[in-house]
Amino acid sequence: MRQPAAVIAPLVFPILLLAVNSGGLKAETQLPGFPTNSFVAFALAVPFIQGALFSTMNAGTDLARDIQTGFLNRLTLTPMRRLAVLGGQLGGVIVLGLLQAVVYLAVGLAVGVRFESGPAGILVLFAFAFMVSLAFGSLGTLAALRTGSGEAVQGLFPAFFVFLFISSMNIPRNLIQVTWFRDAATANPVSYLLEAVRSLIIVGWNAEALALGFGICAVIAVIGLSLSSWALKVRMAR
Amino acid sequence: MDGPAIEAEGLVRVFKKTRAVDGIDLVVESGEIYGFLGPNGAGKSTTVHMLTTLLPPTAGTARVNGYDVVHQGPQVRSSIGAALQEAALDPLLTGREHLRLQASLQGMPHDIRRRRADELLHRVGLSEAGDRKVKTYSGGMKRRLDLALALVHSPRILFLDEPTTGLDIQSRTALWDEVGRLTRDDGVTVFLTTQYLEEADVLADRVGIIDHGHIVAEGTPDELKASVGRPTVEVVPLDAGEHERAAAIIARFGEPCGSEHGVAVRLRSSEADLAGIVRALDAENLKVEQLQLHQPSLDDVFLAKTGRSLEGAAEEEEGERGGLAMEPA
Repeated sequence: MRQPAAVIAPLVFPILLLAVNSGGLKAETQLPGFPTNSFVAFALAVPFIQGALFSTMNAGTDLARDIQTGFLNRLTLTPMRRLAVLGGQLGGVIVLGLLQAVVYLAVGLAVGVRFESGPAGILVLFAFAFMVSLAFGSLGTLAALRTGSGEAVQGLFPAFFVFLFISSMNIPRNLIQVTWFRDAATANPVSYLLEAVRSLIIVGWNAEALALGFGICAVIAVIGLSLSSWALKVRMAR
Repeated sequence: MDGPAIEAEGLVRVFKKTRAVDGIDLVVESGEIYGFLGPNGAGKSTTVHMLTTLLPPTAGTARVNGYDVVHQGPQVRSSIGAALQEAALDPLLTGREHLRLQASLQGMPHDIRRRRADELLHRVGLSEAGDRKVKTYSGGMKRRLDLALALVHSPRILFLDEPTTGLDIQSRTALWDEVGRLTRDDGVTVFLTTQYLEEADVLADRVGIIDHGHIVAEGTPDELKASVGRPTVEVVPLDAGEHERAAAIIARFGEPCGSEHGVAVRLRSSEADLAGIVRALDAENLKVEQLQLHQPSLDDVFLAKTGRSLEGAAEEEEGERGGLAMEPA
């Protein structure tokens, strides 16, 4: 809590965006084929992914600062294992991701969203929040380790946001009328992350959506962690 | 430990096309303070990074506390402490929290961590400030905390990379006292890099002068200074018309040499001749505005070995490095 901005921004901004979108896009629920009557229930998946993006940027920026100030060198000179540096950094991202999940969930329940998958689905949602945080966090640490620059890490933020906006964030893919947008959203892995969360809230148990969401997270995490580990090895050059 | 605390042979580090360290050989005996003196960009920090296992050498070998820096990194790290050029501190943590964290990372049990933090805060004069966040510390306090962090696990060998850069004279002197005490009372070997002539002169038992990645001279400060010549005496007569007479008098004590304002002579023997010069000037009734004894300095040594002064070299290096991507230097 010594860096309130690192916690408050990822908690507050996604909720604000949820409030704005839920007010402005409520009419979408009238579209034939829209999967639910509640736009809040449909849009509640977005903060989970958006919050993970925020905390990823924070984690990457913090690590880059540790590199710039020489704090990473200080850690390197202790007997701690190299992977513990990554573990510690990602541990913080995951804890923040789970805290965000609790808050988003509480907001959703408070405004009357019903969880179709029930209490077990909420547990799966936390597991998914863990995976998303790990996956995006590993990308943040990779960027920090490769560039050693907080500015460079923050420069990735708009790119991540483009991925978020060109996805099924605001409308189901099958209802997107513009072909190029529908194709881009279909090719965009972020769509499947959103749809995995969404399935737990508004559908119930959808094995395909969950498998795709968890699978994509796992692939990103494996790639991100492997490359981060290699980048850390190069940087620490033990 | 038998043998030297630090030894390096043919140590080289290349960054792309730049040979930052170009074949360094050195031996630092246990319990000595070795001063590594040179301008910015000479290769001091790169050498420290290699000796502390933060950078692998491109070529050559080095052993610290008897362990190979490439193949026995964990053993090297467990026997050294290092305060690197950047005082890597978290502004949001207190001094005490930093020390406890460092002790914890060193694997110390909880009760020992607490005791060690108190002890080190007291030693570096930060007991009262120990519970304040580091963002409220002055530069000198940060440096002292950095030193304390390097000492948490009671290392036998301490690397200090430009520990007093940017500090005021009081903070600098306090740090020198503490480093001297560490060697004198605790037998710690200190490898200290500096760009300050005075620091190397006052603190180091032996000095290695580095320039462009090479050690250009090595020895005790006195040996190095003696190697470049004897002291000179400069006399500025009160009456400008008396220059020739003054030159003739002091010429009895050595060979004339250049002087900007008056006349000067390089003493034939030692500074003991100074009294003779004063007596001779008095006997000849020559009134003097200024009389100065110049001992050779480490800057003279640097000048003799490289053809330029250390201060000039620092400015030149700064100019060359301006706008380039920073590598450890």
